[in-house]
Amino acid sequence: MTEKTAKKKRSRIVVKREWCKNCAICVEFCPKDVLVMKDGFPEVVHIENCTLCQLCELRCPDFAIEVYEDET
Amino acid sequence: MFDYGAYLRKDKFPLIWCSGCGDGIALKAMLRAIDRIGLSKDEIVMVSGIGCSSRLPGYVDFNTLHTTHGRAIAFATGVKMAKPELTVIVVTGDGDATAIGGNHYIHAARRNIDLTVILFNNWIYGMTGGQVSPTTPFGKRASTAPYGSTENAFNISGLAEAAGASFVARETVFRPQVLDKFIEKAIRKKGFSVVEVFTPCPTTYGRRNKMRSVIEMMNWLKDHAVPKSRAEKMDPQELEEKIITGVLVDLDLPEYTEEYQKLIDRVKS
Ligand SMILES: Cc1ncc(C[n+]2csc(CCOP(=O)(O)OP(=O)(O)O)c2C)c(N)n1
Ligand code: SF4
Ligand code: SF4
Ligand code: SF4
Repeated sequence: MTEKTAKKKRSRIVVKREWCKNCAICVEFCPKDVLVMKDGFPEVVHIENCTLCQLCELRCPDFAIEVYEDET
Repeated sequence: MFDYGAYLRKDKFPLIWCSGCGDGIALKAMLRAIDRIGLSKDEIVMVSGIGCSSRLPGYVDFNTLHTTHGRAIAFATGVKMAKPELTVIVVTGDGDATAIGGNHYIHAARRNIDLTVILFNNWIYGMTGGQVSPTTPFGKRASTAPYGSTENAFNISGLAEAAGASFVARETVFRPQVLDKFIEKAIRKKGFSVVEVFTPCPTTYGRRNKMRSVIEMMNWLKDHAVPKSRAEKMDPQELEEKIITGVLVDLDLPEYTEEYQKLIDRVKS
């Protein structure tokens, strides 16, 4: 196995609270229940289940949640 | 993560739209489509009329034109005639494009001028507090129809098709990853192109029509969108209240600015 293929992709999710309007679309439609609403904002609770599908980011109307792919 | 920032006027953020308004989802899809085509920001002119959806050009760093109610397509026609080399994209609502601006819409389609119209259909006049629009479904409530609308709704994609548009597609903001592909095709298409985008207005439509939250509206879009290929095998009763999605028209037809240039060349020679 080469070093490159041995590398595992890891998700990192960033919420921009100053732009978020608390609609919960990202949380409700995440296929893997990675997120929950806490105090009106999305919070990451199961990052290990994230498939990097990007749907939370694609469906956020307010440019307030970002999904990054980090190499580990 | 797609870099939206390169296209945004971030000093205008946060967006003015309500919590859960779907217009931002469509805005992001437009930016991904434009990025894939690889157009520079100066090659794009974005024109809108008046309405919540028509606020969109204020947030993007293209050449932008926020015009008067119903007249976005008329202004865009002028821009395209003067500078046919530019990519002209119209952002408009169901009220803006098919009520006050209905004639501009059908006649631009009839001429088949190379504009891309992104038509935000939220079934209502959002900006002015929720009056009936030409797309409000029969029986649905609005501020001017507190007991339900007694008018039939326009099929606005069908209208563009009948009037002679080169390209017509329909999608909901529940499927943004498909929506951006349709917008890309529409922009690339030479001729009059329409993408009818179904987008929730929780504030003036949802709360009057038993959908208290945007989550219910997004679920409604998810459950009622039927791809064209599947719809063709369904009978009319099953299709009541459904939104048929997909590329509905994709034709190669003579385009107006090209025909006009040919005329100039012929008369001059
Ligand atoms: C000449 C004129 N008539 C009426 C209005 C009031 N008006 C502003 S926006 C609007 C309707 C907007 O509805 P739509 O185009 O569906 O956009 P939305 O706000 O739902 O995105 C109306 C009637 C106006 N600004 N100008
Ligand atoms: S990228 Fe997909 S799986 Fe990961 S949090 Fe977002 S929606 Fe959930
Ligand atoms: S979808 Fe966007 S605006 Fe809505 S709660 Fe999630 S991050 Fe906030
Ligand atoms: S009124 Fe409706 S269309 Fe206008 S910003 Fe609010 S949710 Fe969006």
